[in-house]
Amino acid sequence: MKESKKTIIVTGNHAAAHALRQAKVGVISAYPITPQSPVVEKISDFINEGKMKARFLMVESEHSAAAACCAASATGSRVGTATSSHGLMLMYEMLPWASGTRLPIIINLATRSCGAPWSVWDDHSDFIAARDVGWIQFMCEDNQEIYDTNLQAFKIAEDPRVYVPAIVAYDGYILSHTMMPIEVEMQEDIDAFLPPLTHHLNLSDITQIKGVGPVTTPDIVKRTEGTAPGYYEFRYSLQKALENSIAIIKEVHDEFVDKFGRSYGNGLFKTILTEDTDTIIFAMGSVSSQARNAIKKLRDIGIKIGLVSLRLFRPFPVNQLRDYFKDKKNIIVFDRDIGYGYEGVLCYELKAALYGLKNAPFIKGYIVGLGGRDIKDEHFIEGVQKALKQSEQGEIVHETEFLGLKLEELEL
Amino acid sequence: MNLVKVMDVQEEEYIYPGTRMCAGCAMALIYRFALKALGPKTILTVPASCLTVLHGMQGFCTTKVSVLHTPFATTGASASGIVASLEEKGLNNEICVVAFAGDGGTVDIGIQALSGAAERGTDFIYACYDNEAYMNTGVQRSGATPQGAHTTTTPGGKMKPKKNMLKIMEAHGIAYVATANGSYPIDIYEKFKKARTMIGTKYIHILSPCPPGWGYDPKETIKIGRLAVETGFWPLYEIINGKFNLSRESKKYLDPSKRKPIIDYLGAQKRFKGISDEDIEDYKTYINNLWDEIKKRIDH
Repeated sequence: MKESKKTIIVTGNHAAAHALRQAKVGVISAYPITPQSPVVEKISDFINEGKMKARFLMVESEHSAAAACCAASATGSRVGTATSSHGLMLMYEMLPWASGTRLPIIINLATRSCGAPWSVWDDHSDFIAARDVGWIQFMCEDNQEIYDTNLQAFKIAEDPRVYVPAIVAYDGYILSHTMMPIEVEMQEDIDAFLPPLTHHLNLSDITQIKGVGPVTTPDIVKRTEGTAPGYYEFRYSLQKALENSIAIIKEVHDEFVDKFGRSYGNGLFKTILTEDTDTIIFAMGSVSSQARNAIKKLRDIGIKIGLVSLRLFRPFPVNQLRDYFKDKKNIIVFDRDIGYGYEGVLCYELKAALYGLKNAPFIKGYIVGLGGRDIKDEHFIEGVQKALKQSEQGEIVHETEFLGLKLEELEL
Repeated sequence: MNLVKVMDVQEEEYIYPGTRMCAGCAMALIYRFALKALGPKTILTVPASCLTVLHGMQGFCTTKVSVLHTPFATTGASASGIVASLEEKGLNNEICVVAFAGDGGTVDIGIQALSGAAERGTDFIYACYDNEAYMNTGVQRSGATPQGAHTTTTPGGKMKPKKNMLKIMEAHGIAYVATANGSYPIDIYEKFKKARTMIGTKYIHILSPCPPGWGYDPKETIKIGRLAVETGFWPLYEIINGKFNLSRESKKYLDPSKRKPIIDYLGAQKRFKGISDEDIEDYKTYINNLWDEIKKRIDH
């Protein structure tokens, strides 16, 4: 039956499942975990109903899920999966393996805090923990963006100039279990946008004999049969691919906008009510969503403020952020994560990115919403007011502050 | 079953000469005959192990079939992923997926992924070459290290017997379970040939004597491997869809009087130096019980 473009009302998890279906993923290997499980349940339904032809491996752990994804990708299939929190932690060993082998796998991550103590609720700890393993990382703000970013992510990851896996993240429960209308495109339009995978690796072609992922040495090995790069050269090429991918991420985003009419800022970050002000909130995912509301309230009380919502966390769009923020005066960063022992990760990454700018903006960071604690407009108002006062007084405070803590209630 | 003779074994070699295996490594022999039996339409997956060393450096493939290297714990899952991709492409009946792992990668860190793959009935061959310790990293004990053996982490000798991986795999109800031994390459060849034609999960557990790890002269490898069979410690058999078959090299050891004393095997290896009388008694009991069970299964 021919599918037509339509608007459906679905959760974030189901938006991801629809994208995986329409991307015609060949192999899915997954393990259930809250709050991601509805993704793989929906995919099971799609396959059961004959709406999806993928081979679905319901394996016995996330570690195996990631390993099977890597192997299926190396055998030439388009591969996608989904996980959360401890699931991603258990996959961790396979993450640098996938990026090092340059396998264009897509992981949907319904973000969730990491124990102990147990918490199934949302923060970005899992997403942040995958920062340094060589994956492209997107953070979405609504269900349409989850669907759209998945389709873009496959095209980006599979681009021969990239060949790097990607994580498409969205806030657990806040998006994963919340229904919103999304536009689902016609399959033929998706097919035209995302042609079948042409992989640099395809073990199923047994005429091409390959050893994939064997030992490398600290130095280059030269033999009569050929020259093998050392580990150092391999990892350099991964870094270069990530740096160069920013141009391709923008290119694919632009093509998507042309084709489907939906845009996400410049593809790297979104700007909201920023044109008349040099004071900016910097955040991502559900924190941005809430900040969209808070900046209106801040404006109502006379604080002219805008929002920059980061979409692409890795590769960190350093040059674009430097260029954007060079004339700004104050940036207040709200992190739903923390680099324990230091401060919010977005905050210190932005500080590092803007290092050396002439008249660099004042930057102040706050921690919010760990383990699903509600983030309220008043937290933004409190944080922004305090930050602006410190900025005015030229006061730089390095103590990490948590907004929305209720320590006083514990002491009652 | 038709007997395979040496002349029937494929002449084609699937491992290029000049690998980095130790002198006298039984695994090199096992791998050589297994790959001959499997033929060119094969994809291998291999975790961290001595086999990683055999497979050599990035940029050069030591075998005439492709190999996917995979982290230690993942062999069964890696094979599952290859099989799933081949199924997606409709190539699964044509190409055989073979996982080859050491004992540590099988009975310890890899057991979960292997158990999962077997429970799912994944259509592949899993071969464990068992040199009874973590040899690639310098002889640390594994779950497959036998009782009384000295390793670098059991300097006083291992207190517990070897994990019975064959029973664990048989309990999964898979299509094929077999033992083999590096000193009987024709038996290895036959078993891989047979497994190659079967559908479902096939598990072959191959004892692989290791000169540096077991402490004997490299030229003694074949002899040591044979002693494991001749003493009755390592019977060669196969279980096809639950039906037990004693392999011909082991048949005569049904008669206890034909078995050599276990001390001939233990005493030939430095790793058992100073083994206690109690440990030796445990071995005797183990072997007697093992063969009682075999006899019962055959009589059925």
